[in-house]
Order: sequence, then C-alpha cells, then structure tokens
Amino acid sequence: MKMSELYHDTKLEIGTHRFEAAEIIRFAERFDPQPFHMDAEAAKNTLFGGLCASGWHTCAMWMRSFVDYWTVETERLKAEGIVPPQLGPSPGFRDLAWFRPVFAGDSVTYTVTLTASRELASRPGRILNTIVCEGTNQNGLPVVRFESTVLEFA
Amino acid sequence: MRQNNGLPVLRTLKNLAGLAIVPGERRPGENVTKYSFEDFTPGRVFPLGPKHVTVEEIIEFASEFDPQPMHLDEAAGRDSILGGLAASGWHTSSMVMRMMIDSYLLNSLSEGSPGIDLMEWKRPVLAGDTLSGRTTVLEARALRSRPRVGIVKLRHEAENQRGEIVSVSENSIMFRMAKAPETSA
Repeated sequence: MKMSELYHDTKLEIGTHRFEAAEIIRFAERFDPQPFHMDAEAAKNTLFGGLCASGWHTCAMWMRSFVDYWTVETERLKAEGIVPPQLGPSPGFRDLAWFRPVFAGDSVTYTVTLTASRELASRPGRILNTIVCEGTNQNGLPVVRFESTVLEFA
Repeated sequence: MRQNNGLPVLRTLKNLAGLAIVPGERRPGENVTKYSFEDFTPGRVFPLGPKHVTVEEIIEFASEFDPQPMHLDEAAGRDSILGGLAASGWHTSSMVMRMMIDSYLLNSLSEGSPGIDLMEWKRPVLAGDTLSGRTTVLEARALRSRPRVGIVKLRHEAENQRGEIVSVSENSIMFRMAKAPETSA
C-alpha cells in the first residue's frame, strides 16, 4: 500500500529520547563545538543558560526515532498481510524551527504527520511525500518542527 | 545582489584563497577579535572545508542516527538509488555545520539560529568524497527587539571534489554588534 492510503493526516508518535549530557557533548565535539553544547559550566554563562544539544543533534534523533519506528511498523503491516510502502531517500526539508533548547536530561517525544503525496510527473513510479516532523519535551513544549520530504517507490 | 563589502584587498584575497581564517577588525579595548554583526555584509563569502568523508564516519553516524542499509553497507549502497555507501543527509548537514564552525562561527559573536529556511540534499555524499564550499551573506539587518543584535541570512553551498553541488541550505543566525548602531543625524 501507499503512504497516503495508510497514514494521511495522522500524527504518528515515533519515539522518545532522553538526551544525556555525555551524548550531547560527544555530538558537539564532532559537529558543533560551541561552549553551550560542550561544557555545563561554560554553558551557564551563555544565552541558553545550561548544557543543551546542538540543533542538528535534536534533528538527527528525529531520524533515528523514525527509522526505529518504521522497522517495527513495516513488520506490523506485513503481519497484517499489507505490503509496506517502499520508502527512499529525502531530497531535503524546509521551515525548520528550533523553538527552545533541549537541555541535558530532557526527553523529547517525536512525531511525524503525512500532509501531502504526489506522483512525480518527471519520474513515473515515484511519489514525493511531504511530512511534518515535530519534537516536544517532557513538559509538552515544542522544541523542533520541520517540513520534510521523502521519496516513495510506487 | 553582490555588493562591495569594503574590505581591505588583502583580507578579501586571503578569504577567497581559503588560506586563513581572518577575524573581524580588531577593536580598541578588545584583546580577542571575533566576527560581529558588522562583518556579515551582503555578498561577503566565507570558504567552507575541505572535509574528507570516510567510510568509518559514515557508518558511525548512521549507526547512531540513521541506520538504513545504504548508510551502513557498501553493497546495499551500490544497490540503492544513491549508488554507493552514502552519508545520511543529516550527516551531510552536520558536516556543513562543522565547516561553518571552523570557518567563522566559533570565532564570532553568534547568538544562535532560530532555524533553517531550506535544506536541499541534491546529490549523495559518498565515502571518499571531499566536501568544500562557501557561505554567502544574503541579507543583514538589526533586530528591533534586541538592542545591539542583528540577524543575518546566509546561503550555504557544499560541493564534492568534482565541483558538483551536494547540498544547499539557507538560514539566519543572530550576531551581536561590535558597537551600538549609529543613529542617523
């Protein structure tokens, strides 16, 4: 079946991740070594006021949550006798907002909502899905939102 | 679109050649020079990279954040439409972030970014590729809501060793000003 037949306009909860200080620092060392992502003491004197995850770390963990969710979901579909949608790579995203910091110890719950699907006129057999991706912290406050795209092979 | 940003010729040449990270003007009473809002003049270009992308890095990132076969296994990558062991798009974006950090961001009065306007992953980044590129200043304006802080819109392009664009993104970053804006007479 196609994504649009299974999930249209349904907000799916795909997982929760608790951001520990050690992994925040490890990501930052590789990709975003700014003081507020690297050192709890130094972070106190910055605009964020505490050690917080790189925005890219917050996004990358959305991806991990989705892959884990999709692995289980495709098995569930197969068990129900449904051929799972064949997903491909993403051409990109837009309108990404980091609403507030993800501090060490915060737990972010991620969701995905399929909002549009269209067949690519230039590439028969390929569908471009638009998805809204969101993350909310343990206090119910939004931390990240972006509108992404993902290819599907019809 | 491009404007003369009024930089001394030597600094401009150094920037273009990517030979050195040239900090902003040294200011009276400051021991450390950092790029401030005033340094981000529309049309100014900051070089990014080079960054060599290894098999190990691709697999390490994918194992943690995007464990799909084409990011984890050479043969699976070849069999996918990406055509080889390919970095996760989030890995590519994170590497661009690191190139920005090393080029100008860490040595700046950055106040962070509210987000990303667009991110296009235009071509796969494959194991063995070497990324480089540029950040171009698109717009800069003072924030009304925060004195002595401005917001700068930037365009980031990354390309591989063949000069093929692999990612294009645009976002805004806030920077503190080195001095209070001059009031018009």
